[in-house]
Amino acid sequence: MAAEGQAIDALSQFALKPFLGGLGESVRLSQSNGHMLIALGLIAALMMWGTARRAIVPGRVQALAETAYDFVHDLVVGQVGEEGAKYFPLVFSLFMFILVGNLLGMLPYAFTFTSHIAVTFALAMLVFLVVTVIALSIHGTHFFSYFFPEGAPKLLAPLIIPIEIISYLSRPVSLAVRLFANMVAGHVMLKVFATFVVMIGGAAGIFGIFGAALPLAVNVALIGFELLVAFLQAYVFAILTCIYLHDAVHLH
Amino acid sequence: MSEQDGFTERLRQARTRQGLEQSKEPAVKTVGTGPWGIGFRAGVEVVSALVVGIAIGYALDHWLGTWPWLFLLFFVAGSAAGIMNVYRLFKPRGGRPGI
Repeated sequence: MAAEGQAIDALSQFALKPFLGGLGESVRLSQSNGHMLIALGLIAALMMWGTARRAIVPGRVQALAETAYDFVHDLVVGQVGEEGAKYFPLVFSLFMFILVGNLLGMLPYAFTFTSHIAVTFALAMLVFLVVTVIALSIHGTHFFSYFFPEGAPKLLAPLIIPIEIISYLSRPVSLAVRLFANMVAGHVMLKVFATFVVMIGGAAGIFGIFGAALPLAVNVALIGFELLVAFLQAYVFAILTCIYLHDAVHLH
Repeated sequence: MSEQDGFTERLRQARTRQGLEQSKEPAVKTVGTGPWGIGFRAGVEVVSALVVGIAIGYALDHWLGTWPWLFLLFFVAGSAAGIMNVYRLFKPRGGRPGI
């Protein structure tokens, strides 16, 4: 699977396969959906187990659950304001789902469901539609003044309004592409360098073993970098959701 | 008491030196880390606005049968929107937080 002939096959890792062999095939469940279910199970387990004991001095799991909660809560309240706290469940669900999905993809044999644009674009459209509905329900038709900044000359309206509308519509696209591209790029790089290790190691005998150490070292560094990216991209997705919510609640 | 205050001040300075003390107003880091991250963010912003502009222009042309005029118009509008996106990316927040 890694190197067939001399070609580096870095993209087959993103192909969809039935989850758990015959079982997934019979219910048409791909391993992408399977990993989403695993991620949901992990998040539910973390939050339920973490909040079950309600100890004054938290144990490890409770500390992790509380840290995650506080982190996202501070993010939402800091960005949207106190009235934004009611959108906390949305942002928390999105953040945890993407974070656990990204981290799950770092495990050997696991699949990264955030590396499919269908998944990230669905999440981004969810954010976009929710934010637009919130803005419309709070401000009504006044929401459309968002597309024309106050104080701009009326003469420029035919120029500014289409540009602002395109800019607004580009939000879900950039949100989806950013997450998708980061995850794909990271996993392709990991695969390429892992293939180098096998190719060089198998090619030149004793020198090959020493030569393979270099791409192996690169891969170790890349794993660390990918863990950072996994967290950072979930954070960026969450904070951009908060910024959009801020715009929806306050308009300007 | 003054000894106590001096200690608090020195502790604060030491913590700041070690990077333990958080600044009061945490800077909003929506821009990625390092030059590559920033470049990537800006690139995604331009491309996504361009994609939306092209899609709108293409769809309108297909509908109204005016190929290629609306496509060209919305291509330009999409580029302008992309540049607006990048401008908002680096504009300090306080005015209108864009993207």
